[in-house]
Amino acid sequence: MPSYSFVLNGKPVTVEAPADMPLLWVLRDLLNVTGPKYGCGVGVCRACTSHLDGVEIQPCVVPVADCVDREVTTIEGLADGEKLHPVQQAWLARDVAQCGFCQPGQIMAAAALLKRTARPTDADIDRIENVCRCGTYSRIREAIKQAAAHEHE
Amino acid sequence: MAGQLSRRRFMVYSLAASTLTVAAPLGCDAEPAEGVERARKASDVLVTGADEEMLVLEVTEANKVVVRLPRVEVGQGVTTAVAMMIAEELDARLVDVEIPLAEARTKGNQYTGGSSSVSSLYGPARQLAATARAKLVTAAARRWNLPARSLRTWNTRVIAPDGRSATFGSLTASAAGIQRPAVSSNPKPASRHRVIGKPTTRIDARDIVTGKAEYAGDLTVPGAKPTVVARPPTLGGKIVSVDDRAARAMPGVHAVVKVAGGVAVVADSFHHAFKARDALRITWAPGPLASLSDAAIRSRLRAAVPRLPAPPRGSTQVEREFEFAFVSHAPMEVLTAVADVRAARAEIWFASQTPMDAREAIASAVGLPASKVRVHVVRGGGSFGRRLNHDAAIEAALISKAARRPVKLMWSRADDIRHGRMRPASHHRIRASHAGGRVVAFTHSTASVSESYDGQGLSAQGGPAPVLAPQGGATSALARAGGPLPSDSGLYNFGRVGGDGGSVDLAIPLGAWRSVDSGTSRTAEEIVVDEVSRSLGKDPVAFRRTTLRSKAVKAVLDKVAAAGHWGRALPAGRAQGVAVHEEYGSCVACLVEIDARDPKKPRVTKVVMAADVGTAVNPRGLEAQLMGTAIDGISTILTAGLHIDRGAVRESSYADFHYARQRNAPLRFEAHIMPSRREPGGAGELGVPAAAGAVANAYARATGTKPRRFPINF
Repeated sequence: MPSYSFVLNGKPVTVEAPADMPLLWVLRDLLNVTGPKYGCGVGVCRACTSHLDGVEIQPCVVPVADCVDREVTTIEGLADGEKLHPVQQAWLARDVAQCGFCQPGQIMAAAALLKRTARPTDADIDRIENVCRCGTYSRIREAIKQAAAHEHE
Repeated sequence: MAGQLSRRRFMVYSLAASTLTVAAPLGCDAEPAEGVERARKASDVLVTGADEEMLVLEVTEANKVVVRLPRVEVGQGVTTAVAMMIAEELDARLVDVEIPLAEARTKGNQYTGGSSSVSSLYGPARQLAATARAKLVTAAARRWNLPARSLRTWNTRVIAPDGRSATFGSLTASAAGIQRPAVSSNPKPASRHRVIGKPTTRIDARDIVTGKAEYAGDLTVPGAKPTVVARPPTLGGKIVSVDDRAARAMPGVHAVVKVAGGVAVVADSFHHAFKARDALRITWAPGPLASLSDAAIRSRLRAAVPRLPAPPRGSTQVEREFEFAFVSHAPMEVLTAVADVRAARAEIWFASQTPMDAREAIASAVGLPASKVRVHVVRGGGSFGRRLNHDAAIEAALISKAARRPVKLMWSRADDIRHGRMRPASHHRIRASHAGGRVVAFTHSTASVSESYDGQGLSAQGGPAPVLAPQGGATSALARAGGPLPSDSGLYNFGRVGGDGGSVDLAIPLGAWRSVDSGTSRTAEEIVVDEVSRSLGKDPVAFRRTTLRSKAVKAVLDKVAAAGHWGRALPAGRAQGVAVHEEYGSCVACLVEIDARDPKKPRVTKVVMAADVGTAVNPRGLEAQLMGTAIDGISTILTAGLHIDRGAVRESSYADFHYARQRNAPLRFEAHIMPSRREPGGAGELGVPAAAGAVANAYARATGTKPRRFPINF
C-alpha cells in the first residue's frame, strides 16, 4: 500500500492508505482524529469541514493523495494550545452548540470565512453551507460577527 | 398548565459507601424503592447494593460531585440543566459537577422523551443535592466543633464564620457516616436561587468546540471494526441472492454477513467497508410497497379521514384540508452503534432515549438474558425522536454475533434518509363553524400513516413500534395517537369541539418526530384559526386574544405581538404571521416575518417567540430549544419532506432533503421567557407547532395563497 506524508495540526504524519481513501477516514479510522464528523460522505452537510493549507475543505471528498506535503488542520488543531481561537471563544460566549455534532465543521468554516473576509456581511454568512440540524444558525451568525469584531479590537 | 409550586417532598436514601453517596428514586412517583423500608426520615435509610431506579449523587475525594444521569444528552441540554439543579442546592461550582450518562438499568424511569426530563428530575435532583449539602455541613460542624447552623456553603466548600473552609471532597468520607444532618435538607425556596434561572453556557461547550466531545462513532472499543450495510433500493426489500466473492477478496475486509436489513461488511476502515459494500452483487426482491407512490398514499389518507359530524344549524363553515409529507428526523450524527457480542455476554454503546427497552430488545435478538447485556448510553448528535428506536443497536449486535467480533456499525446518510424512520404523512380535515361573529363548533378529523409489520423484516430490524407508553409514566403526545385530538384540549373558546382519527397501515418505518402529532395537527389548526379570523373580518392576533381560554397563552401572544411589532406596515410580498401552542404544561407563541416576493424562495427574516414553561432552569438552553423549533417550523413548512416513489424514498442526503441552512434561517431571532415560579413544564418540543403555524400563516398573507400541502416548495 502506498504511503502518504502530510502535516496534521502542526505535526508530520505518514499513513499507509489507498490513494483514493478520503482524508476523513484517514483522520478518523487510521489516525484516531475524530473531531471532523461524517454526516453525508458527499461534501453536502459539511460536518467534516477542516482546512488544507488554511483553505476550507470537506475531507470526506478529498483523497489522501491530494494532501501530500500539505498542512491539514482539523478542529483539534485550531486552538493555540489552551488558548482557544477567537471563533471558538465566540462559540462559547454565544453558547452556540446544541448536540454539537456539526459544530467542529461550523467553526472551521467560520474560521476560514474570517480568514478570507475580515468583516463578513450577512450575505457572506448566508453562503455558509454547513447544515445544523439543531438549528443553531442565529447563534452561529452572532458568534461569527463577535469573532470578527474581536479580531479588530 | 401545571399546578402551583408543589410542596411534595422527594425521598432520599443514603447508599453505603466510603464517600458521601445519596440516592433519590426516579420512578413514576416518589414511592420508596422496592425492598427499602420506609423510615421516619428517608435519609436515615442505608441502602446497600445497586443504584437501580435511583438518581445517585456522589461527592468524590477529588471534590467532584458526580450524578450518573438516567437520561441521554442529544443536544437538548439536560446534562447542563441537571448540573445547575445540583450546583444550586449544594452551592457547588458548576465546573465541579459532572453528569455522566447512566448505562441501561432494569427498573425505574430511564426514558428521555415527551419533553419530560427537566420536569421529572426537578424535584428529586434538588432534594438529593440539598440532602448531601446538609450532611457535608454537619460533617464540617463536627470537625470544627462549631454549630452546624453557623456554617455556610459556597464554591464546593463549607465555610466557617472565622473564614476556615473545607472542600466537599475533604468532608465526603466523614459525611458518608452521618445519619441525621443537623441542618435542614430542604431545597432552597425559589427566591434564593442563584443558579437556577440564570442563563448558563452548556457544561460540555468547551469539549464541543475543541472537538473532544465523543459520540458513538468516536469511541475506541478494542477490536471494533468499521461496519456498513448494503440495503435494498426499496423499503423492506429482501435479498434474493448475494455474490460476495469480490467484496471478500478486497483488502481490509474482515467479514461479510447477511442481516435482516441487508448485507453487512466489516472492514479496517469505513473507506474499505464502503468500497466492499459497493462491490457486493446483490439481487433484491422488491419490498411490500414497491407498487406504491405518494399519489396513492395521499389518496388513501384522504379516504381514511373520518367524516366530520354535521355542523350546527344556521352556522357558516370554514372547512379546510391539509396534507403533510413524510419527514426524516435526519439528526446530524447518523445512527451509529458499537457492539461486542460474545457467547455469554454482550456490550453495546450508542445514544438511546430508551436504553431499558433497548437492552431487552437486544438481549432477545441475540439470545442472551437481559442481565448479560450491558447498554452504555453515549451522547447523541441530535435525535428529534429518532433515538427512541434502537434499530442500529439491534442490527449492530446481530452483526457482531454473526461476524464473531466487535463492530462499529454506521448507517450512511442515504441509509438514514432512505430507510427511515420518518414522521408519518398525514391528512387533516378541519371545520370551524361560525355564527353571529363567533365560532360555535370546531372539528378536526385526521388520518396518518401507521406502521404495519410483516413479522420478519422491519420489526426484526428495527424493534417494536415507537414507544407509545414510556416507562415512568411520562406523558407523551404519542400516547394520544388515535385518541383525543389536540383540539380537545380546548385551547380556544370554540364551542363544541370534536373530531376523530383514522389511519392507513403501511410497512414504512415511522417514528415519533419532535412534537409528534402536534407538529401537524396543531399547525393545521392554527392555519384555520387565521382563516376563520379573516372570514370574520378580524385581525388574527385580536381574534386569538378574544377566543383563547388561558391567560398564560394570551400573555405569550401579547408578548410576541408587542415585541414583534405586530401589524407594522411591510412592502408587498412580505408579511407577518402568528401562531400559539400549549402542551407539556407550557405554552408558546411565535411571530414571524417572511419575505416571499419570490414564492419559490421565501425567506423567514425574523422570528420572535415567547414561552411560559414555568421555572426556566436554564433560560439560555430554553432559548436554544425555541431557536431549534423555529428552524423545524421553517423547514417542515417550506422545503423539508420525503417523497415515496414506487416503494422507495426518493431523497438520500441533505442535497435533496432540504432542511434549512444558514441562508434559510432568520436574520433576527428573539426569545422571550415569561417569569414564573411554577415547577418546570416541558420545553424541548413545545415550539414546533407555533413556529410551523406562524410560518404558514405568514406565507399565506405574503403571497395571498392558501397553502394546503406541506412542505410548500417540495
